[in-house]
Amino acid sequence: MHRFNWLLIFSQFINGLQLGSIYALISLGYSMVYGIIMLLNFAHGDIIMVGGYIALISILNRFGPFISVFFAISGCAVISVLIERLAYRPLRKASKTSLLITAIGVSIFLQNLAQLIFSANGRPFPASSILKNNKMRFGKINVNSVTIITILISIISMLLLVILVHKTKLGKAMRAVSEDLESGQLMGINIDKVISFTFILGSSLAGIASIMFCCQYPLVNPTMGYMIGMKAFIAAVLGGIGSIPGAVVGGFTIGFVEIFVSAIGFSAWIDVAVFAVLIIVLLIRPFGILGRRLTEKV
Amino acid sequence: MLKVSNINVYYDIIYAVKDVSFEVNAGEIVSLIGANGAGKSTILKTLSGLLKSETGSISFLDNEIKNMLPNEIVKLGIVHVPEGRRIFANMTVKENLEVGGYVRSKKEVEEGIEDIFFRFPRLKERHRQLAGTLSGGEQQMLAIGRALMSKPTLLMFDEPSMGLAPLLIAQVFEIIKELNSLGTTILLVEQNAQMALSISNRGYVLENGKIVISDDSKSLLQNDIVKCAYLGS
Ligand SMILES: Nc1ncnc2c1ncn2[C@@H]1O[C@H](COP(=O)(O)OP(=O)(O)OP(=O)(O)O)[C@@H](O)[C@H]1O
Ligand SMILES: [Mg+2]
Repeated sequence: MHRFNWLLIFSQFINGLQLGSIYALISLGYSMVYGIIMLLNFAHGDIIMVGGYIALISILNRFGPFISVFFAISGCAVISVLIERLAYRPLRKASKTSLLITAIGVSIFLQNLAQLIFSANGRPFPASSILKNNKMRFGKINVNSVTIITILISIISMLLLVILVHKTKLGKAMRAVSEDLESGQLMGINIDKVISFTFILGSSLAGIASIMFCCQYPLVNPTMGYMIGMKAFIAAVLGGIGSIPGAVVGGFTIGFVEIFVSAIGFSAWIDVAVFAVLIIVLLIRPFGILGRRLTEKV
Repeated sequence: MLKVSNINVYYDIIYAVKDVSFEVNAGEIVSLIGANGAGKSTILKTLSGLLKSETGSISFLDNEIKNMLPNEIVKLGIVHVPEGRRIFANMTVKENLEVGGYVRSKKEVEEGIEDIFFRFPRLKERHRQLAGTLSGGEQQMLAIGRALMSKPTLLMFDEPSMGLAPLLIAQVFEIIKELNSLGTTILLVEQNAQMALSISNRGYVLENGKIVISDDSKSLLQNDIVKCAYLGS
């Protein structure tokens, strides 16, 4: 009989946390934006790619790691605010379908723009210039420092998000608007401001996720955001789209499912497993794990 | 104070408000009564900027507000307590009040909350509770408190009596009268015409999107058409 290998299980658990925390950070952006303007922002995944290229270019131009990370995060924020202003805001009164198609268009646009500037070939990401990956030993267990740092930074970012959303005036306005847009407007909330704030929060988290993803899988290419974005989107739906804790729970669930499936030797089946989990959860809970039935908005 | 002239409001092809004009003077309580679907809520939503009229004008304290955004209108002092209360159910009572004071400074919000808690001790006891767990009457108090947070000069109520027990209805109307005596002008939309007319100075009767009668409330209570159609006698 096989000896039960606790060490292996523990290190896979840590890997699941790492991948899950990256998904969680990204799916928060999908969920918050959906909560405010009911848009499945398909361009959100491509923000990961934007962050990756900005970090790459700044490192190559000898900006230090801190400055490069700062550029990447703020670049993601600026670009997604611009996308909202130029592409989504003019459609505020249009149908949800037009908005959705526009988001898909923006996603294709970003991928093609990156291809035009950087070519379709992937470029190696200088991960070690941002985070040196040291092996760390805890007793008998080996863990990569990138893994630990990813988990810690994600948890800190999520805690900061919770504080922002619960303690600041704009954060409270954001929750109010996400619950009832009309009622929020009647309180004198400037919804343009709240929408911009939401996009800034979501894309900054995506920027952080982007750096940590690139440090773990050091290759950037124009379509890299597609699959991560898709997984994070599934995570948001799984957790209950519109719900902040839901996005986190969904992100970690998808991370663990992927690591588990590949640990038992079925790496080729990862995507199938992810969709299977989504389908099963939605059959049992149609609004996601922590989702609320959305009250009919008039 | 408020002068509405010839507004027309559509929902796509539905013509909901037809060439409506009316006024509210400073210090008054004015009622807008009418049956289901007459267009009462549509008028209030147009005044608060949620809906737009292509025609006419809405002037408030010498400002043309017809094309202003809802948040600009709140800043000018018009606040709308919506039909069905529409409190933020997943936020606490205190957070609801804080959001109500969105256009005010931090200090004004703190003072405002103290005032509201003094006026409605029930809300104070429950300030950390999620607003969705309050009873219907408490939710109406919260909706009123939340609207008061931005210190309105004109307060608009959309069916404040809806879904409340008679005792609570009387209490809500008492509060409205008291707010008015403290200097807030009131525009009151009601199906409960008896109650509304009994506390207001003047009233307008709305039918199918048109104003069909306007008079002072005493006369409206004696008016045969009103008696027959809205007072159930
Ligand atoms: N969102 C909407 N889309 C389409 N038509 C609407 C919408 N809201 C209201 N209407 C229509 O506009 C007309 C006026 O509605 P409104 O809500 O203003 O009536 P009301 O007087 O407030 O009625 P109630 O007493 O039932 O609240 C009605 O015919 C209604 O069906
Ligand atoms: Mg109504």
